[in-house]
Amino acid sequence: MATQILDRNLHIRAIDAYIDPSVPRERAIITHGHADHARSGHKAVLATPDTIAIMKVRYGEDCAGSFEALDFRVPYRIDDVTITFFPAGHILGSAQVLVEQSGQRVVVTGDYKRLADRTAQPYELVECDLLVTEATFGLPVFQHPHPNVEIARLLKSVADQPERSHLVGCYALGKAQRVIALLRDAGWDAPIYLHGAMLRLCALYEELGVPLGDLRPALDVPKAELAGQIVIAPPSAIRDRWSRRFPDPVTCQASGWMSVKQRARQALVELPLVISDHCDWGELGQTIHETRAETVWVTHGREDALVYWCRKQGLQAEPLNIQGFEDDGGEGESE
Amino acid sequence: MKRFAQLLELLALTPSRTRKLNALTQYFREVPDPDRGYALAVLTGALTFRNVKPALLKETVLAEVDETLFAMSYDYVGDLGETIALIWPHHGAEGDLPSLTDLIELFNTTSKSDLPKLIAGLLTQAGINERWALVKLATGALRIGVSARLAKTALAEMSGVDVQEIEEVWHGLKVPYLDLFAWLEGKAGRPDIDQSARFHPLMLSNPIEDRDFEKLDPREFSAEWKWDGIRVQLVLGGGTVSLFSRTGDDIAAAFPDVVENVHGLGVLDGELLVGRDFEAGSFNALQQRLNRRVASPKHLRESPAFIRVYDMLFDGREDIRALEWTERRRRLEAWLAANPQSRLDLSEVLRFSGWDDLGRQRRQGAESHGHEGVMIKLQSSPYVPGRPKGYWFKWKRDPNVVDAVLMYAQRGHGKRSSFYSDYTFGVWKGNEIVPIGKAYFGFTDEELKLLDKWIRANTTAAFGPVREVKKELVFEVAFDSAQESTRHKSGVALRFPRISRIRWDKPAAEAATLEDMAVFIGAT
Repeated sequence: MATQILDRNLHIRAIDAYIDPSVPRERAIITHGHADHARSGHKAVLATPDTIAIMKVRYGEDCAGSFEALDFRVPYRIDDVTITFFPAGHILGSAQVLVEQSGQRVVVTGDYKRLADRTAQPYELVECDLLVTEATFGLPVFQHPHPNVEIARLLKSVADQPERSHLVGCYALGKAQRVIALLRDAGWDAPIYLHGAMLRLCALYEELGVPLGDLRPALDVPKAELAGQIVIAPPSAIRDRWSRRFPDPVTCQASGWMSVKQRARQALVELPLVISDHCDWGELGQTIHETRAETVWVTHGREDALVYWCRKQGLQAEPLNIQGFEDDGGEGESE
Repeated sequence: MKRFAQLLELLALTPSRTRKLNALTQYFREVPDPDRGYALAVLTGALTFRNVKPALLKETVLAEVDETLFAMSYDYVGDLGETIALIWPHHGAEGDLPSLTDLIELFNTTSKSDLPKLIAGLLTQAGINERWALVKLATGALRIGVSARLAKTALAEMSGVDVQEIEEVWHGLKVPYLDLFAWLEGKAGRPDIDQSARFHPLMLSNPIEDRDFEKLDPREFSAEWKWDGIRVQLVLGGGTVSLFSRTGDDIAAAFPDVVENVHGLGVLDGELLVGRDFEAGSFNALQQRLNRRVASPKHLRESPAFIRVYDMLFDGREDIRALEWTERRRRLEAWLAANPQSRLDLSEVLRFSGWDDLGRQRRQGAESHGHEGVMIKLQSSPYVPGRPKGYWFKWKRDPNVVDAVLMYAQRGHGKRSSFYSDYTFGVWKGNEIVPIGKAYFGFTDEELKLLDKWIRANTTAAFGPVREVKKELVFEVAFDSAQESTRHKSGVALRFPRISRIRWDKPAAEAATLEDMAVFIGAT
């Protein structure tokens, strides 16, 4: 049985390894670099080379006892268990974990998205018996628009209000680089100004082969020069004193949550940009079908709705309710 | 419709009042009649549809979406209109929606049985933002942080006409306000409204603060009891009678016993109460009559209504609002003497020697007659619509308070969606806690965040959107009165309960008991 391979806290029994554990463990398999998945202090870490690079930049060279890098699609055998990473399309280096034992296949998706994104290796579908899927946007109200539509709205707002600067709230890892890449691909060649928290990770993305164009620290740029410009900052900074250095800023935020206008209002976001690095409701359902999994475990988000939907499709499904993940996502790092 | 949807979105998301005003002004300048007039009606809440209601929208959606998933989504989003707009599963080749005017025409002329099909078609045709605006329009609940006053202020800015002048004619106007816009743009004169026969915005009071008393000379003020009914305006047109609520809704149909038994010419301001021989009964009895759009024979028999008048706006056809309160009061007394009435009586003016004396009377009035407090009015004040500063004050009785234990929490709606902001609390009955009421305000946004966090960390069970919590957190709950009720298991219901303090320090064991509640029942 596939459900015997893994415990409900993502512990692989036969090899005593945990996937994305929230407390330090002897053996940890890390799907990607976001803080609610990658924590410091594990003894041995198995991850993709990009994820290891990200962890080292964020937490320091010795944030784990030892690292072992595993490339995508390369099977890695420990005793009678085989681990293989497949791209999850969420951020640079993000992986789904395929665990095989006795002919049974378990896939733990980590966070993932299906839509093309040149800042992350594109998602690959992996068939399995047991699918452990995230459900960050696991409600049918989440139907993400195409990100190009949202970028076009941002650029129109910039063109319409040349006297103001646009402050785009993005999480520092993944979202920031994706928004920059989307802007570049839409033809925005001007310098993009960065909050200090963005600098290291943007530099790392470039080192790892993701070109982002002319990036400059926003610090010490004269106020007048920032009119008509785009500034990328963490969401917390755009509502903080930090934002006062900009001329009459338009507060923007790039996140899947921004589709709910009442949420945008609460967050004092004037221009919400619905740009998500997770599947929307339709894509979650599509993925579950396409993996042909007979059993689905749901974690990370609105588990109830997706579990209900799976059961209506005749699948075995249950929520995992793993400790340590945000209930409401509002402040979670990955969106 | 696209333009209107853009306006709504900007209004909803722009925190700056100036920017909202600019957007409104620009819209009213650039959009032609009658679209802009309909937009104004939507923004001021003046538009209602006979058959297009939230329930119809919901029914249309539930034909396409699983009911359980819809309920989960609504619980998460916290706004019915927004949930419908986001969850609608069909997306056509996004064509332009009809104009606002055409949409309203469609809503009003399509038969009830064809409406679901019409609405489904429109939802599919619309882009996401127009879909959101369409649902807001159809459900009538905008929740975008724009008041009618702001819309009128924009009209004033656009035209240079004083906003007070716009308020003056407002209640005599008809949607889509062609004559209003013509006047504002200087193409026609001020709309001709029969000034004595329409609703006139009411003058409201401000709560008095302790520090106010030293600045106010008691000899310049008069005082009356604060009556526990509803504020009304009685417009006697000499043959026609209208009875308006505070917000200008005509409630005559619910109170034929009053409307058919008053006569004369003038506009009066007063409190609607129920009871025989001008003896005011409980608010509860009035509430039951208010809940019905048309009065039932039983209510008319058992809870007859009357109006306790305290001010006069028009004496005959003469506008006396600019006169001082003392003179208006004299006119009112003379008018009542000349027009004896079986359903109108006069609010008594209290004699008092100073603020301390009035404070004593207020306490005694609350204890022995259940009076809500006293009203204090500057004798020289004209009748000014709105809530002008320095003229009328309300000095409410001190509220009753009880320490109760938080039992259940539910997510709020609108601005507070996603926060657990609706609280059910209870008191001890032996070894168990029984609910006595619900409250959803009285705390700051900061406190709300702390409460939300506490609730998430102390949940013991979840029933759909409701969380049951550990019976550990004590609220000091303030309320106006308590009465026996079958609605709660405790047999007690509170009037106007609100959280006055969160007692993070107080052990639940020290909260009140049901026996403690008995003293409040019948005290009013």
